[in-house]
Amino acid sequence: MRPNRSLATIAMLSAGTLVLAACSSKPPKQLPPDPGGAVSTNTSQGTMQQGIVPGSQADFAQQMMGQDTIYFDTDKYNIDAADEMALQAQAAWLARYPNKRATIEGHCDERGTREYNLALGERRANASKNYLASLGIDPARLTTVSYGKERPIALGSDEASWAKNRRAVTVTID
Amino acid sequence: MKTIPTILLAALLSGAAIAQDAAPPVAPPAEGQGIDVTVSDDSDWQDLGIAIPAFATNADVATQTSAGSTGQLGLALAQVITGDLKNNGLFKPTGPERLPRPELGQIQAPDYPTWAGRRADMLVQGFVRAESSGQVTVGCYLYDVALNQQLGKAGWTVPPGEWRRAAHKCADMVYARLSGENPFFDSRIAYIAETGPKDHRIKRLAIMDSDGANHRYLTTGQATALTPRYSPDYKSILYLSYYNGQPRIYIYDLESNTQRLLLKASNPLFAPRWSPDGKWVLYSMAIAGNTDIYKMPSAGGAAIKLTTSPGIDIGGSFSPDGSRIVFESDRSGSQQVYVMNADGTKQRRISFFGGRSATPEWSPRGDQIAFTHIAGNLRIAVMDPSGGSLRYLTDAWQDEAPTWAPNGRIIQFFRTARGSGKTGVWQVDLTGRNERKLDTPVDGSDPAWGPLRP
Repeated sequence: MRPNRSLATIAMLSAGTLVLAACSSKPPKQLPPDPGGAVSTNTSQGTMQQGIVPGSQADFAQQMMGQDTIYFDTDKYNIDAADEMALQAQAAWLARYPNKRATIEGHCDERGTREYNLALGERRANASKNYLASLGIDPARLTTVSYGKERPIALGSDEASWAKNRRAVTVTID
Repeated sequence: MKTIPTILLAALLSGAAIAQDAAPPVAPPAEGQGIDVTVSDDSDWQDLGIAIPAFATNADVATQTSAGSTGQLGLALAQVITGDLKNNGLFKPTGPERLPRPELGQIQAPDYPTWAGRRADMLVQGFVRAESSGQVTVGCYLYDVALNQQLGKAGWTVPPGEWRRAAHKCADMVYARLSGENPFFDSRIAYIAETGPKDHRIKRLAIMDSDGANHRYLTTGQATALTPRYSPDYKSILYLSYYNGQPRIYIYDLESNTQRLLLKASNPLFAPRWSPDGKWVLYSMAIAGNTDIYKMPSAGGAAIKLTTSPGIDIGGSFSPDGSRIVFESDRSGSQQVYVMNADGTKQRRISFFGGRSATPEWSPRGDQIAFTHIAGNLRIAVMDPSGGSLRYLTDAWQDEAPTWAPNGRIIQFFRTARGSGKTGVWQVDLTGRNERKLDTPVDGSDPAWGPLRP
C-alpha cells in the first residue's frame, strides 16, 4: 500500500461508522474511530471580557490571575510556598462554588523520556489535588490527567521554557 | 481469508514445469561450509563486495505485483535486496543498475570469470516466475566468486502483494550466511507518526516494513496514540491512547482492523509490553500519583502487581527466555534501571553510571540491554544485563526509547530536534558507526521493531 493512498483514505474519513475490512491483507476502507477525543488544555487566562459568568471556568481563570497553574523544579513534584499561595486561591474559589468540579493537568518539560514523564505528570497533578484536598476541597470533585511532555505551553528548548512547562494546571469544568 | 501471507518454502520448485530453473532449494546450509570470513570481527565481513544483478525470468510476462512484469520484478527484487544491505551498512553491495543481467541458465551456473573481473567477492543471483495462480515464485542464490562455489539458496512463492517479502528473505539469507548472525530484514515496525506544531502534535499509530515500505496509518490522530508494541505473532499491536483525557491501553487487531480496550480501570495506564511468548502483558498503572508495574494474561484474567515501591515504577522488557524483566524506577530518587524475576521477586538496581537511566529494552539475543541515558542530553546506550560494559551508541541532543532489531544487532530509537520539537525515527548498529534516519512520510517517534515475521 502506498502512503498517499492512506492519506487520501484518511482525508475522506468522516467520524463515526466503523467498517471492517473483509480481508486484512488490504488496508481498511475506513480507519476505526479513535478512542475518544483529546481534552482541551486551553485555559484562556487573563482575558478580561464582558459577560463572564461568576463560577464559570472563564471566571476562575480571570480570578486566579495565573494562579491556576503551579510550577515544579526539574524532576520534582513537591508543593513549595508559591504553589501553596496559588492552591489556596484555587481552594477559595472552589469553596465559593461547591458544585464545581475541576481537572488538574500535570505536565513535564521535554528533557525526559516519554513514558516516565507521563507518570511524573500524573504525580504532579496528584500533588496539587492532595494539597487542595488538605484545604478542605472534596477530592471527589477533582480529577487528574497527565500529558507528560506531550503538551508544552512554552515552545523553546531552554531553561525558561522548561520551567514554564513543568506545571499542574487546574481547569474547572463548566 | 487467511491473513498471514502464506510463504511457501519452494519445495514446489521441484516441479517438472520448472526443471530448468532450479534444483529444489534446500534447508539452510550446514554451519561453516565454505566460508573463510570471520564473523566475530565486523570489519572483516563488512568489506565483502557483493554483486546483485537483476533477477532473471523464464518469460517476461505481466504480474499483479506493484513492480510490473516479471522482468521488472526481477530488477525490483535486486534493488530491494541491495537497499536492505546498503542502508544498514552491511557489506559493499553493488546494485542491478550497474551490472549486466544474467540469463536464466546462468542463475545456477554463474559466469564466475565475469564477476571476478568486476572484483565481486560474492554474487547474489535469482529468478522470478509468474504462477498461474497469480502468485510469484522467487529463487535466490548466493555464490562465492573466488571459490566458484554456491554458499546458499532458497525460494519462496508469495502472493503478488507480498513480493517484497521474498526480497527481504533473500537479503536475510545472504546476510545470515555471510555474517553468521540471525536474519532481521523480514520484519515490520510500528511507530507513532507525528504532525503539527510543538504544542499540538497529532500522534497517530502507523506501521511499515523494516525498509519503510508498505507504510500504513492505523489511527486518525483524533486521539493521541503513544508507545506501540507489535505482538510476537504480528496479529495485533498494544499501544497507549487517550480516552476522555486519560491514557489507556488498547490492542489494535490487525486482522479485523478494530481496536479494543485491554482493561478497564479508573486510573491512568501506561507502558504496555508483551512477554516474548505473547501470553502476558506488562503494564504500569498510576494510583494517586504512585505508578507500579503489573502483568496480566493477554487473553484476560487477574492482574498481578509486580512492584510496590512508593515511587514511579514503569515500563519493562522481558529477557528473551521470559524469566526476568528489566524496568525503570525512581525509588532511589532518580530514574534508574532495575531487573527483577518475572514474578516480581529479586528486584535490584543495575544502572550506576551517574545521571539517569531509562527505557531499558532487553536484546532478543539476551546479552545486552539498550536504554536511554540522561545526563543533560539523552543518548542511546547499551550495557550487559548485570549493568556492566556501558557503551554509548549515539551522541545527539535528545535520543530516546531504543528498540531492537529481531537479531539484536541494530537499534532504532527516536530523535527530537532542539527547538522545533520535530521527531524522527533513527537507527544505529551496535558498532555505533552506522547511524541513519529512516525515511517516513511525516515525523516519527516511539519505534517498536517486531520480531522476524512468522
